[in-house]
Amino acid sequence: MKKGTLSIIGHELVPEHVVIDEIEVKELLDKYKIKRVQLPKIKVSDPAINGLGAEIGDVVEITRQSRTAGISLSFRLVIG
Amino acid sequence: MRLKKIKGIKFGLLAPKEIRKMSASKIITPDTYGEDGFPIELGLVNQRIGVIDPGLRCKTCGGRMGECPGHFGHIELAAPIIHIGYAKMIYRILASTCRRCGKVLLGEEARSKFLEKIEQQKEKQMDVGVVVKLVFKEAAKTEVCMFCDEIQKRIKYDKPTGYIEVEIADADKKRRLMPTDVRERLEKIPDDDIPLFGMDPKNARPEWMIITVLPVPPVTARPSITLESGQRSEDDLTHKLVDIIRINQRFMENRDAGAPQLIIEDLWELLQYHVSTYYNNEIPSVPPARHRSGRPLKTMTQRLKGKEGRFRGSLSGKRVNFSARTVISPDPEIEIDEVGVPIDIAKELTINVNVTERNLEAIRETLKRGSEHPGANYVRRADDKKVKVTETNHELLAEELGVGWKVERQLQDGDIVLFNRQPSLHRLSIMAHYVRVMPGRTFRLNPTVCPPYNADYDGDEMNMHVLQTEEARAEAKILMAVKRNIMSPRFGRPIIAGIHDYITGLFILTWSEKRFDKEKAQDMLNRINIRGLGEPAGTFESSSGIQVPYWTGKQLFGRILPKQMDLQFRGVVCEKCIERGGICKKENCPREGYVVIKEGDLVCGVIDEMAIGSFKGKIIEQIFKLYGEDEAKKFINDSARLATNCIKQSGFSFGISDEDIPKEGKVQIREEAVYEAEHKVEELIRAYDAEELEALPGRSLEETLELLIMQELGRARDDAGDIAERYLGIENSAVLMAKSGARGSMLNLTQMAACVGQQSVRGERIHRGYQGRTLPHFKSGDRRAEAHGFVRASFKDGLTATEYFLHAVGGREALVDTAVRTSQSGYFQRRLINALQDLEVKNDGTVRETRGTVVQFKYGDDGVDPSKNECGKVVDIDKIISEVVEEDVGA
Repeated sequence: MKKGTLSIIGHELVPEHVVIDEIEVKELLDKYKIKRVQLPKIKVSDPAINGLGAEIGDVVEITRQSRTAGISLSFRLVIG
Repeated sequence: MRLKKIKGIKFGLLAPKEIRKMSASKIITPDTYGEDGFPIELGLVNQRIGVIDPGLRCKTCGGRMGECPGHFGHIELAAPIIHIGYAKMIYRILASTCRRCGKVLLGEEARSKFLEKIEQQKEKQMDVGVVVKLVFKEAAKTEVCMFCDEIQKRIKYDKPTGYIEVEIADADKKRRLMPTDVRERLEKIPDDDIPLFGMDPKNARPEWMIITVLPVPPVTARPSITLESGQRSEDDLTHKLVDIIRINQRFMENRDAGAPQLIIEDLWELLQYHVSTYYNNEIPSVPPARHRSGRPLKTMTQRLKGKEGRFRGSLSGKRVNFSARTVISPDPEIEIDEVGVPIDIAKELTINVNVTERNLEAIRETLKRGSEHPGANYVRRADDKKVKVTETNHELLAEELGVGWKVERQLQDGDIVLFNRQPSLHRLSIMAHYVRVMPGRTFRLNPTVCPPYNADYDGDEMNMHVLQTEEARAEAKILMAVKRNIMSPRFGRPIIAGIHDYITGLFILTWSEKRFDKEKAQDMLNRINIRGLGEPAGTFESSSGIQVPYWTGKQLFGRILPKQMDLQFRGVVCEKCIERGGICKKENCPREGYVVIKEGDLVCGVIDEMAIGSFKGKIIEQIFKLYGEDEAKKFINDSARLATNCIKQSGFSFGISDEDIPKEGKVQIREEAVYEAEHKVEELIRAYDAEELEALPGRSLEETLELLIMQELGRARDDAGDIAERYLGIENSAVLMAKSGARGSMLNLTQMAACVGQQSVRGERIHRGYQGRTLPHFKSGDRRAEAHGFVRASFKDGLTATEYFLHAVGGREALVDTAVRTSQSGYFQRRLINALQDLEVKNDGTVRETRGTVVQFKYGDDGVDPSKNECGKVVDIDKIISEVVEEDVGA
């Protein structure tokens, strides 16, 4: 992270982002019968995954508070 | 039929070679038809490039009119011409390539960097235009070619089709580039450099942007029409092509004769004009080519562009057959999922039926009637010959009728059709109705289905589409039937429900304890399919002294509820005692605001908008969820009938005398509300003038004054309304309608009977007009209520001249607001729909777009259909517990 920039991680409006491992990714892709590129995307430069050590090609799991479902899980493919 | 998938679409430029190859005929003569009436050889309406005359055959493919799709021809231009659509691109390319060696003026490093970037964009299926723009910007900066050391000149684009070369060192040294020069320079650009412009050298060489051969569209694309007088009238494109050929010929003749350069250049310019306007007749700074009559010609671009162009007008907006449109009017006697179709329409619209052994006799009967109403208009015999059913042949046809025939039968009762009202803003704007053929000239629909269509009967027109295939009918029945759409997917509440008089009717029926003897009770339940009246509630003594059994209104309403239904809720008449710090008396509510339904009986409470109204409708919601769509449909039908029966018995009307308030009431309103407030306002003004007024936080003194005045005058109107309400009881029609939620509000009634109140523009009192005053009737600087739009009169009393004017000022704002809002929200909706239209909820619950990319892992995060959940939640736990422990735990 650049000096003098503010981390948004931990802010209540920023949901939790976690990089998931290959096994979980495979399970996920099998579950929905999709290819990696069919996942929603997130840029490596996105402040929400800054500092997670996510690399292009990784998949992040996002845990959101949802008004309809309480907690909802979402996944995004990290792209350049 | 095998489904074919489009893998991709490739765009490119037509090479002159290709144009010649695909051409069926050279076009030389500008004339169309000869004196013999036949098309001229090598002319514009050439028999090799398509046929539009019946009886003639195409000399290229041998097809007759209709069979031959038409073939392109070509015109050899005497000199190259700039294609107007690419003029800007040509300029950019000229400016970024070397004038001698033709290479793109970029260093090796920059070149490969850009090429890589373009490749990346292509891979991501993203716009390469962004990178190409940078290429042009970078390359145009170079002053000396890095490959051949040629000193570059600046290119000036002389709109619309001229290019001027200017020396960088000396701006006065200019030279005009002729299309030949331009073409020469473009030809020199090596293939390897072309991807830098986002082009593919195999499909689009830059020099192909200069026209040397003009493709001539087939006559089928520009058919001539024969006028009544027998004269032929050619298409605009043909006219334009005639101009091009004429000038082209003159150009050639002049050049061959060795005419002076000046004349040649003039003709060249003229040819450029004609070719340019042939492609686009709306080029800025170019006068449009006109028809003899002075009308601008409709050329290529004009055919494609805009609302009525090929894309939006002909491809996206095709017109349909088997449809009808007329004015709508109400018919409370038909079912909610029916539509009354005028007989004239029913006779015109048809449904195709295949004759089988099972329906043979039935169809024979239909055919026997000929074109008398439920008859048939056409038959297609087993040998595939189509015969019109006429008065003379229908009996014969009925006799001959056999299996394998197809009959185009007229629309009849029970057929399923789609019914639609524009604007089609949500899916409920098109629903499937069952046909009911009736006399008259309007579509009839049950008033309960007005809310989803947002229809009323002030002249609205609606469209009807007759479904033509069994699949379509099945789909409509399952997905689009009215009963399936009782619950709105927008807010999860019934949208098809009681409105206006239905609410009034049931309110009157269930309000207080109304008694009906047997005859009247049965009258109420007329045309409702239920079993018996049930036990009477009691007896009363009649005038002749005998005991007569009676039934209450609540009891009668209970008859149309499902037998086992239990429900409790608060109606719109509930005055929310709890929120105001009181306690809810529930069953003993004096306003009967607490509704209790036990085992299908209305135990207490009055039926109002909250019970059966559109957008609220608790009872309908409950029935739909517990008993299903058929039961819900039946309930809506029954309640509508019950309401009409009831309101018919007592009658219900509203007139000017309903706004009457007794004299003492009027005095009270004037003195207690209006004068009081006006007095207080004057008091405030005095305090302000004496600088005694204290500013509110964050506001200036003046703003504070205005705010306090607004508050005071707002209260004046409310007070006036409260006083009026005291004199107008529930027996007043307007009050009844407002309280039950049927129509109108207490505010409307206040304005009619008591006091119209403060008029406002942008939330403030009216200040516009002259300096310091709104009208010449007031003194400049007058801050009193009257001078800034406070209307103390009621609508019934009538407004004074100044009140009237200031009321109109406020009214104008409301009018403008609605006009602006509808157009803005319409456009916003259009953009939203365009963005979301391809999203689809798949069988695994994910929302995906066309490529299969997931947009949402679970629809709405919870995967629940909003029209089937409990007010936005998957389950209403309070409700379930209440049901199990048989005690109200919620609220």
